[in-house]
Order: sequence, then structure tokens, then C-alpha cells
Amino acid sequence: MSVQPTRPQPLPVGEYADAQGRLRADRVRADFPILNREVHGRPLVYLDSAASAQQPRAVLDAVEHYGATTHANVHRGVHALSQEATAAFEAARDTVRGYVNARSTREIIFTRGTTEAINLVAQSWGGTHLQAGDEVLITHLEHHANIVPWQMACARAGARLLAAPLTPTGEVDLAAFTRLLGPHTRLVAIAHVSNALGTVLPVAELVALAHARGVPVLVDGAQAIAHQRVDVQQLGCDFYAFSGHKIYGPTGVGVLYGRESLLAAMPPWQGGGDMILSVAIERSTYNELPWKFEAGTPNIAGAIGLAAALDYVAMLGRERVAAHEQVLLAEATARLRDVPGLTLVGTAAEKCGVVSFTLAGIHPHDVGTILDREGVAIRSGHHCAMPVMTWYGLAATVRASFGCYNTRADIDRLLAGIDKVREVFA
Amino acid sequence: MDIRELYRDVILDHNRSPRNFGRLEPADATAVGHNPLCGDSLSLTVRLAGDRLKEMRFNGQGCAISVASASLMSEAVTGRTLAEVEALYREVHALLTEPTHEPAMPLGKLMALAGVHEFPARVKCASLCWHTLHAALGPPTSAGAAAAPTVTTE
Repeated sequence: MSVQPTRPQPLPVGEYADAQGRLRADRVRADFPILNREVHGRPLVYLDSAASAQQPRAVLDAVEHYGATTHANVHRGVHALSQEATAAFEAARDTVRGYVNARSTREIIFTRGTTEAINLVAQSWGGTHLQAGDEVLITHLEHHANIVPWQMACARAGARLLAAPLTPTGEVDLAAFTRLLGPHTRLVAIAHVSNALGTVLPVAELVALAHARGVPVLVDGAQAIAHQRVDVQQLGCDFYAFSGHKIYGPTGVGVLYGRESLLAAMPPWQGGGDMILSVAIERSTYNELPWKFEAGTPNIAGAIGLAAALDYVAMLGRERVAAHEQVLLAEATARLRDVPGLTLVGTAAEKCGVVSFTLAGIHPHDVGTILDREGVAIRSGHHCAMPVMTWYGLAATVRASFGCYNTRADIDRLLAGIDKVREVFA
Repeated sequence: MDIRELYRDVILDHNRSPRNFGRLEPADATAVGHNPLCGDSLSLTVRLAGDRLKEMRFNGQGCAISVASASLMSEAVTGRTLAEVEALYREVHALLTEPTHEPAMPLGKLMALAGVHEFPARVKCASLCWHTLHAALGPPTSAGAAAAPTVTTE
């Protein structure tokens, strides 16, 4: 069987690194066509990668190439296109497996995104393991996607949802977490990185605490996957969820990693084509992992685009990208601290490239509108993490987040934009 | 377009010093408005005298546009008949959404909101208070007289 290559050949790594091995963000930028556009007459400064990261040419090309040369339904036809599409789709699964260091592709389930991945576990695992009186333990910094599915699962089972409190800097209070991890805890569900604050959680440590009590752990990796090395075996977690569009891939595709022994014991959550081996009106036999959890035609182009995105980041070098973002984070943090009236929200010792802040007397949405007119895209609002906002007594913050394509010049433009905000509201 | 088209001096002034901020107790009509996207909320209390809106107060939290719009509205509707308030509601809605709208009645300081239509993401900030007032003065909801109507901009 001949399979058309759906991913471009990696470029030499040297092109993307300077003599000291640091990421050449100016070279990276050339790969992202959208960064050439203007917004309100000014060159775009994109500081909202935590909401959705932009896509490099390699991803756009992979999706386009698949549609132009290979598209057909997967796992169905005997014709060449269907076989090629199936091969490309399953190759994408193996790319994901390698990226997160899962043991087997049976542990990699494609979903619509992080949210669907968590809902899958909440419904399938939660539906069979949670009973009245049980507890699910989360933290106070979770995204709504790692809160609401557990509220729903707990409501169905008569179980309780508990949230570990935060320290003033925005870290999980480890002593309180340990206290809350009790005899009734059935599952721990935690973010790897807080989307609103940037805090990196000590996942391996939290997993060890939970496992010591025999409690499995789900990790919401949406904000971590693009910004540090994610190795599910090293983390020791039982489930890991992430989205394609947070790591320079397309929207509408995401991944659930699950430990095979757990996935094998879980019932399917959606029924339909692809997730069955045979169907009679009386009963059906379900497919094997991972397809048992993939009912209906999957987002084939999305999976191929996601694999291209993972290949792209791997080519840049995950450590190199992370180091680059840490430089930007440190510089932005230091410069924002000097802005009169500006308060940083979330100052954990270990953070990813997210700075959340408020300006005294100025609503974040007004900041967002004025920055937008300056060509600077940031997020303002509650970041789908309202309990975090409540924790800090805020309705909203301004959030700037960094990706591999951001530069010091972007921070200059952000600071100049904030000066403009303060001038308008002077 | 200059950002000052949105943040005109009148808007900034009303944001800094909102007029009629607070609560009327007791009130003849009340409603709560939410902008779920922003997390902003607005609570209105109204006193009537016959078919006139005698007094209005608002509180809550929001951006400069929503606070200034509520403050400007409170001045514009005080002393008006309910029919005039309804006409103003329609005029302001048109002003916020139609770039070439010619007001059928003098809008006075409310014209400071004329720049908002150039900023589509902010129209709901300016209109939240008007929808909330409309709900407060509208016919009683099926929830009964005891429950204040709640509106959202979504």
C-alpha cells in the first residue's frame, strides 16, 4: 500500500537555533502566515496562544494535502484512498503516542478536544466507578472543563466534588490537598498548568500522593502540552487530556491518553459506527481499544494536522521552546511589575508563559478593546475559570500568553499598549 | 478609527463618577442584567409616579462602557413617561447597532454612545442596562411578581 506523505520533511534544526542553542523566534515567525497580517492598521501582536495558538505552514499544508490527495472515510473502504486515509490517521495516533510517551496506541483516543476527553472519562469511568458518598477531588484553579463534567458525574452518582484551595501566589495548597485526599476519594482531576494564572502544578507529586491511596488521577493538559515536555509515564497519571489547537494544531481535535488497564475496563460512552465489531438489533459487540471510544467518523484531517503540529514542535525542540517562553515570561513579569496600578494575578514560583493582571480602576474589557486597537491581541475576562476569579475576588483579568513565535518586540508593544490604556483613562 | 470615538470624555466622566449609583428601597420595579461573557452584572431599581419613571438607581460591576451607559441612561429616563422610556430604548438600540441611524428624537448626552457601533464586541456592554430596564418595566414574567426578571445579553 502506498501512503502519500502528509507531512513535510523536517527542516534542519540548526535553522531554528542560534549559536547558543536558543530558539530563533524570528525564524519561527516566518512559518506562521497569520503573523503577517495587520489588525486595525497595525502589525498583529498575538498574545493569546493560551486560548488558541496559531498554526504554522506545516500544519496548514498537512491538512490541505490530506484534503487534496487522500481524503476518504477511515476503517471502512477497501479502495486506495480509504486505506491511505486510515494509514495517515493511525500514523497520526502513533505520532501522538510518541509525543506523550504512551506505551501503546491503544492508549490514545482522539476526541474533539480536552473538554470532550474529560467528559468521556467523567461519563464512562465516572458512570461505573462513582457511587453515593464517594468524592472527586479537583483544585480551585481548574478550567470549567475540569469542573462541570465532574459536577455532572457527581450529581448522577450522589457523590461529592471537593476542591483543594490555593495559596496567595496561585499554587495548590499541598497540605490542604493531602488532607482532602481521604478514604472516600475515588478520583483526582487536576490541571497540569492553570490557564488563568500560568501556575505549573507538581503533577508527579500529586499523582504519587493519590496513588499511595489507590486513587487514579486525570490531568487536564490543555495548557501544558505546548509548553513543556509531557511524558505520561514519567508523570504517572492515569488519564491525560489535551487539545490540538493549544499546540499549533487545528481546532476540533484533541486527545485522551488513558492507562490501558483502565480504558479496557471502561464501557463505551457514545455508540455508533467504528466503535463496534458487530451489530445485531438485540446487541452489539464493541470494538477494541482505542476505537471503542471513537464512535462515528473521526476528525481525520484534524488528527493529521495535530500530528504535523507535534512534529513541528518536536523539530523546534520542546526544551528550546520552553526556555524561550520562560525568557519572555521573566521579562514581561519584570516590566509589568513596574507599571503603576498594575497587579499581577498568579505569581507562582513555577509558571508557564502566562501573565494575568489587573489595572487599578480600569476594567479588563476596556484594556482589551484599547490593546486590540493597537493591534495587540490578549484575552480579557474570567478565562473559563470563574472559581479562580472568585478566589481572588475579581470578575476578570487581562491575560497575555506566549508561544514559540513571540518575541521581545511583542512585549514592547504590549507595554506601549498599556501606556495607551492608562493615557485614555488618565 | 481613534479609540477616543469609543472612550469619549462624557463616557470617561460617567465611568469615573456614575450618577444615580445605588439602590432604591422600596422600589416599584427591579431587574438584574448579566453579561455572561464578561461576568459583568447590573442591578436596577426604579420608582414610578403614575406613568412616569420618577427615579432610577443602578449598581453592580462592569466595564467603562457598561457603567457609563447605565449612568447616562439613569439621567435620560428620570422624569420620563414610560412610553418615552420605551421610545428611548428603541432609539438607543438603533444608535448602538445601525451606523447611519438618524435619531427620531433628541438623545442629548446619550449621543456619546454613538461610537460604540464601531466596536461590535462592546455593543452588549452599552445595551445591557437598557435591556435590563426594559425587563424591569415590562409585563410581569411567568416567574411571578416576587421574582425580579433577569436578562442576559447572550
